Amino acid sequence: MSSQPLSSQPRRRRLEVEQIGDVTVVNFVDRKILDEQNIQIIGEQLFGLVDNDGLRKLLLNFGNVEYLSSAALGKLITLNKKLQAVGGRLVLCNIDPQIYEVFEITRLDKFFNIQKEEQAALQAF
Amino acid sequence: MPLTVVDTMNHPRDVRPVAAADITIPNDVAEARRIQDEIEHHLHTRHIHEHDIFSIKLALEEALINAMKHGNQMDRNKKVRISYRIFADRFDVQIADDGDGFDPNDVPDPTAFENLERPSGRGLMLMRHYMTEVVFNQRGNSVTMSKVFRSSDNGKK
Repeated sequence: MSSQPLSSQPRRRRLEVEQIGDVTVVNFVDRKILDEQNIQIIGEQLFGLVDNDGLRKLLLNFGNVEYLSSAALGKLITLNKKLQAVGGRLVLCNIDPQIYEVFEITRLDKFFNIQKEEQAALQAF
Repeated sequence: MPLTVVDTMNHPRDVRPVAAADITIPNDVAEARRIQDEIEHHLHTRHIHEHDIFSIKLALEEALINAMKHGNQMDRNKKVRISYRIFADRFDVQIADDGDGFDPNDVPDPTAFENLERPSGRGLMLMRHYMTEVVFNQRGNSVTMSKVFRSSDNGKK
C-alpha cells in the first residue's frame, strides 16, 4: 500500500459524520490512528469538513479509537487552528484513559476542549 | 549486526530472551508495521500488562516514524535496522537509520507555550515518557529504548 502514490489509492471514508442540530459529530472508522499516510488522509477528510463543507462546530468522538500517534495530534492542532480562523469550535469527547494520558503528557489536555461524554460535549458549543 | 548496547544493557549474561530478532527493512511504512505487529504479538503472548504494551507500541511508532521520516528522509533506498529482545521482565529495542543523525538536545520542548501549537515535535517526548530508558548513539542515527515491565517485583517504572 505504501508504494502506491496517494492519488491511486481508493480513498475510503475514514470518518463517520452525522449532524446533531448545528453540531457535526465525527466518529473515526479506524481503531488505530497511526501511520503517516493514514493520518494524512484522515487529516484531509477532517479539513474538508471545514474548508469544503463549511462546517463550523465539530465534535470529534474518540470512542472507537484505541491508539494514536503524535502525528495525529498534529492534525488535531491544525484542525483547531482552521476552525478558530473562521470563528468555529472544536470539541473532543469519549477519549479513553490511555489515549487521554497522551494528551496530558503533551499538555494538549488543556489546549483542547475535551469532554467525557458526547451529551456533555454537545452542550459545550 | 553487533547489538552492543541492547545486549549488555543491565542484563546478566546467563539470562536468555524469550523472543529476539535482528532485522533490516527498507524505508517503508508497511515493512515497519510488520515488525511492530510481530513485537506486539510476542508481548500479548507473554501476557505483558496492557499499559506496557500500549507504551511500547507508542514509543516504537514514534521512533520508527522518526527513523524513516527524519533519519532516512523518506528515501526508499535507505534502510532501517531493528533489533529487539524480549525478556521475562523487560523489552529492549534498538532502531537505527542511514541518516546523518541529529542532536536530541536540539529538539525544542513541545509543551512550552510557544511550541504548543506546532503540529510536530512530540515524538521524542512521548518515547521518553513511555519507556524506562531512551538512549541515542553519538551520531544520533540510532536509538535504544528499554521498558521494564510493570508486573515485575522490582517496582521500577
